[in-house]
Amino acid sequence: MSLPVRITALLVAFAAVAVGAAFIVVHYILGGPPTISFNASGGVTNVVLQEDAQNDSSTKPDWVSYFVQDPSTKQWVHTTLFSVPAHTTVHMTILGYDGCTPLRNNFWSQVQGTVGGTVGLRIINNKGVSTPYRRVSVINGWAGCTVAHTFAIPSLHLFIPVASPNAIDSANNLCSVSPCTSGPHSVMTFSFRVPNSGVFRWQCFVPCGGGFLDGNGGPMQTIGYMTGNMEARA
Amino acid sequence: MATPEAPASSPAAEPRHGLRIFLIWLPLAVIADLLIWFAWYPHMPPGRMTSSASHQQFDIAFLAVVAAPVLLFVWTYAAYALLNWRHREGDEEDGPPIHGNAKIQATWIGVTAVIVLGLFVFGTVELIVPAGAGAGEGPAPIWQPSTSNRLQVQVIGQQWAFTYRYPQFGGMETTQLVLPNNATVEFHVTSLDVIHSFWAYRLGVKADANPGVDNIAFTTTKQMGSFTVRCNELCGLWHGAMFNAGLVLSPAAFRAWASALRFKEANNGVLSALPPYATTYDPTVIPQLGAAIVKIDQITGGAGYYYPPQDPVTP
Repeated sequence: MSLPVRITALLVAFAAVAVGAAFIVVHYILGGPPTISFNASGGVTNVVLQEDAQNDSSTKPDWVSYFVQDPSTKQWVHTTLFSVPAHTTVHMTILGYDGCTPLRNNFWSQVQGTVGGTVGLRIINNKGVSTPYRRVSVINGWAGCTVAHTFAIPSLHLFIPVASPNAIDSANNLCSVSPCTSGPHSVMTFSFRVPNSGVFRWQCFVPCGGGFLDGNGGPMQTIGYMTGNMEARA
Repeated sequence: MATPEAPASSPAAEPRHGLRIFLIWLPLAVIADLLIWFAWYPHMPPGRMTSSASHQQFDIAFLAVVAAPVLLFVWTYAAYALLNWRHREGDEEDGPPIHGNAKIQATWIGVTAVIVLGLFVFGTVELIVPAGAGAGEGPAPIWQPSTSNRLQVQVIGQQWAFTYRYPQFGGMETTQLVLPNNATVEFHVTSLDVIHSFWAYRLGVKADANPGVDNIAFTTTKQMGSFTVRCNELCGLWHGAMFNAGLVLSPAAFRAWASALRFKEANNGVLSALPPYATTYDPTVIPQLGAAIVKIDQITGGAGYYYPPQDPVTP
């Protein structure tokens, strides 16, 4: 093999490796879901999430997923990464469009870590009629079809059972196109303190990764679906 | 095989190398052991927060005291050999023939046998006396504390958090492990999904959390303070974040904490919502509903099931 051919082969091989490495960096390391940034007003940061039985991705459309509402555009973004200012109170609203799934440990039925130890709850039926707003400290996921998922930040001792729509309303009426804007759903509101800056992982404790090992695979272990990070900015 | 020729003249009397090595090694070994025992031992991990932690600290210190003279002997011998028996410029002579040394061989075998058998006895005693040395002994522990006055704490692993139940306090459950000081604790470690490992490093306790298995470990608290509980078995995406802080409180403070938590969970309905206390739990069964439930009300949620039929593994 002549010298020019050998040099060319070497350069081609080097270029192939470089392109492969760049693809890995861009696609797998930098190519994750976006981070939605929230700002505080008067020491309070308003964050709105929704959880759906499906999502709007082309690759895993049947995975359950959370969405985050962009505070500036009010558009729903398919991500589980968001940032808030540290040392503020986060006032969070979660819209629960998914049906019920039993908790693996019914201890997670208990609301923990919120200001006042309770959450505000109302259920919207398939005709758009809401139940009265009430504050609850436990949503018993084993007493019936009541809990769809949870929102938990373990390092902040924050554990929230996310209510599901009424069982009868849910039958054949659940929102089927994400992000959901109609259909029976729950509305949950609660507040918690962000004590310091840092990255706080959050997750769902319902084994809702259907078809995966013990229900904890797939969306349960994939950032952008049922788990993510809350970054508290200094 | 060539027979070495006899030297033409008698060699100069060799110094007593063995005695020299011994005299160099002995003070080094004594100094090292004194430093280990009096300076290092009190600061060795995992500390003295519990009886099992104290025993582990003692074990590490004792083994270090045994190992240090052996290590120093090897180093001393190697250094002595390098300095005294190295090849010198212009020296083409063969080494002296060696046909064995029964005294050295007997000493070597005797000392190593004593060390190995001694460590076997020591290890066995240190496993039995502290009732399993803080490790999980399975559902039927062979070695148990002498006292029957034990605080039972159930450790439940789940992707990705530990929770703790106290059967002697109505089965209340919490996300923070709180223990009273000067109490013998009986941990019942289990899991609701995959294999985890309950590792309270400063307590000197480590036990696998297997689904469907009641893994029992014992310890006795000796100091108040905080400690960290970690999962020590790779268990998924957030394994590295599966840790939380625990506390050893005074007995009075523990009683106050437990009473308050039990009162709260009885009032808000959590206690009645929890399954009856059991040493293990079947995640496919919801006891309050009285059946092996895989689907509730025919409503499908994300999966709609506890464990879907196509789930490849159910504990």
